[in-house]
Amino acid sequence: MTRWTPDPTFYPSPREAVTAPAEKLAYVAAFDRTASRPDAIVVLDTDPDSPDYGRVVGWTDLPYVGDELHHFGWNACSSALCPTAPHPHVERRYLIVPGLRSSRIHVLDTQPDPRQPQVVKVIGAEELAKRAGYSRPHTVHCGPDGIYLSALGGADGADGPGGIAILDHTTFEVRGAWEADRGPQFLAYDMWWHLTQDVLVTSEWGTPPMIEDGIIGELLLGRRYGHAIHFWDLAKRRHVQRVDLGDQYQMPLELRPAHDPTKSYGFVGVVISVEDLSASIWLWHRDGDAWAVTKVIDIPAEPADPADLPDLLKPFGAVPPLVTDIDLSVDDRFLYVSCWGTGELRQYDVSDPLHPVQTGSVHLGGIVRRTAHPAAPDEALAGGPQMVEVSRDGRRVYVSNSLYGAWDDQFYPDGVGAWLAKLDVDVDAGGLTPDERFFPHGDEFRGLRVHQTRLQGGDASSDSYCFP
Amino acid sequence: MTVTTLATLAALGAFHGLNPAMGWLFAVARGLQERSRRALLRALPPIAAGHLASVAIVAALVAATRSVTTSTALAVVGGVLLVAFGLWRLLSERHFRWAGMRLSAAQLAGWSFLMSSAHGAGLMLLPVLVAEPVPGGHSGHLAAAPVGALSGLAAAGVHTVAMLGVALAVAMLVYQVLGVGVLRRAWFNVDRLWAGVLVAAGLVTLLRA
Repeated sequence: MTRWTPDPTFYPSPREAVTAPAEKLAYVAAFDRTASRPDAIVVLDTDPDSPDYGRVVGWTDLPYVGDELHHFGWNACSSALCPTAPHPHVERRYLIVPGLRSSRIHVLDTQPDPRQPQVVKVIGAEELAKRAGYSRPHTVHCGPDGIYLSALGGADGADGPGGIAILDHTTFEVRGAWEADRGPQFLAYDMWWHLTQDVLVTSEWGTPPMIEDGIIGELLLGRRYGHAIHFWDLAKRRHVQRVDLGDQYQMPLELRPAHDPTKSYGFVGVVISVEDLSASIWLWHRDGDAWAVTKVIDIPAEPADPADLPDLLKPFGAVPPLVTDIDLSVDDRFLYVSCWGTGELRQYDVSDPLHPVQTGSVHLGGIVRRTAHPAAPDEALAGGPQMVEVSRDGRRVYVSNSLYGAWDDQFYPDGVGAWLAKLDVDVDAGGLTPDERFFPHGDEFRGLRVHQTRLQGGDASSDSYCFP
Repeated sequence: MTVTTLATLAALGAFHGLNPAMGWLFAVARGLQERSRRALLRALPPIAAGHLASVAIVAALVAATRSVTTSTALAVVGGVLLVAFGLWRLLSERHFRWAGMRLSAAQLAGWSFLMSSAHGAGLMLLPVLVAEPVPGGHSGHLAAAPVGALSGLAAAGVHTVAMLGVALAVAMLVYQVLGVGVLRRAWFNVDRLWAGVLVAAGLVTLLRA
């Protein structure tokens, strides 16, 4: 799988990546909540000139049941151009698809037919446990020297610590745990890095028992979910600093470092404050030699009639925004924030990262609002914008509506449904508009729920760059 | 050393210098990261020093050993070694693992040394070194070993100067004029060519033996 010239989807710098051609296909992780049918990678046509635009054009069932597909990623990306481990002649070809519940890791080959990816390898939970000491694999990033995979749980049903496993990026074998010294880190969720600064960042959710049967009210009000982020020496694989956001800020999940490798900041989204149910976005940045965080966006809960609320929220009489995903455009200009509870996708201009300015908003679904999509104005939508993916040129944004099986059921007890929307971005003035031609939903997903989207050739959360 | 020998050593040096993986890309990355041409220029000497050390070890060993052993045996062993190493490079997909970008000058030299050694940079000079007439005319005489080693070091020096010159030129061209975007189009798979050159060098050595 080596090429004579670099993979054309690799870009040395984010400036170059913004010029990438538009994606023709999107891959979507879809799962069966009842665990009685296989989960699948669904292929959508994203070529506006195609007669199948906005429709499911490919479907790959996985070999087992009960995986609960969540996040996945490419085997190789632009980091292969980095000078420390240069090997740009590998191909962005394989999707590394972990099952968050089963701990199985699937490797899918998107060649020769990109519309029908083939499962070429399945790494069992026992191999991940034996070699790396982890379970519940979560986030995949193609590093210059291997595939990095965060995991929430410890081996053999142990609560933790969660951490990062390294996969060989040619054989896809589990090489081992990444951490040489984890310091006080115990909870895990996302990880990403400032590659050229030898800095890795991790965030915290909860251990498998804290999440797998739904959010646990007592633990939440007891402030027991994660509320810190961690900074690591990427080269020495050592814990450097723990930065606590304050224990009222429960669950700092998605990490989005600036794509520009000369910049030393990034954004992290916090799901909920137990004091007022608000969600927030924090900026991490340098503070002398150390790291610090500053809250830069606060999104308040919206008052609601308890009769319209699921049991968990009735006592509060309010809908929390539940910011569960964020995404930063490749030019570092726009930050997209998914408010899964209130059913809103917000766009902020973060050119000045300490002072974001809201430039766009689209409502879809929501616990109380149930806003319909303009393409189907009579259908009340359940779920809300959850996983958000931005195209490399920053002109298109894709959102899917399911968060995590057990949590979907808690917040949308009458069913979360399945839908995926595409929004067009005004990249000059800012602003978002739903594309009425692109709204796959309902039966098109054959009863599965849709989670993360990955775009063919790469997207705003798949690649890291070593050159500014 | 004959003119042909010097020219060949320099040409191989230029080939090594041209390879982005041998260090000039690292220098460009540091220059861009610091937004400073000086950072780029500062990175190249340690990279060249690491390369020199890697090549010099092989060159000195070959030249010194040749003074005390028969050249045929050395050529056969060296040739077989080269072909095997070249094939391994050609077929192996493993990547050299070195996670850090923020390296001191000494670490950068160390990185370059390991990178050059792992890619068999010194071995590639084998046919040139083996073809050299035995220094001092005292074939098989132990006392000639230091002299031989010295000529090996000189060979490594010539090679490294050429390597540094080309690396500097390419790094400056990319940094100042072309931009890193050129990597996407111009970075052909040097690793395959590199492995091919190793195999060819081995075959040449064996044929001459």
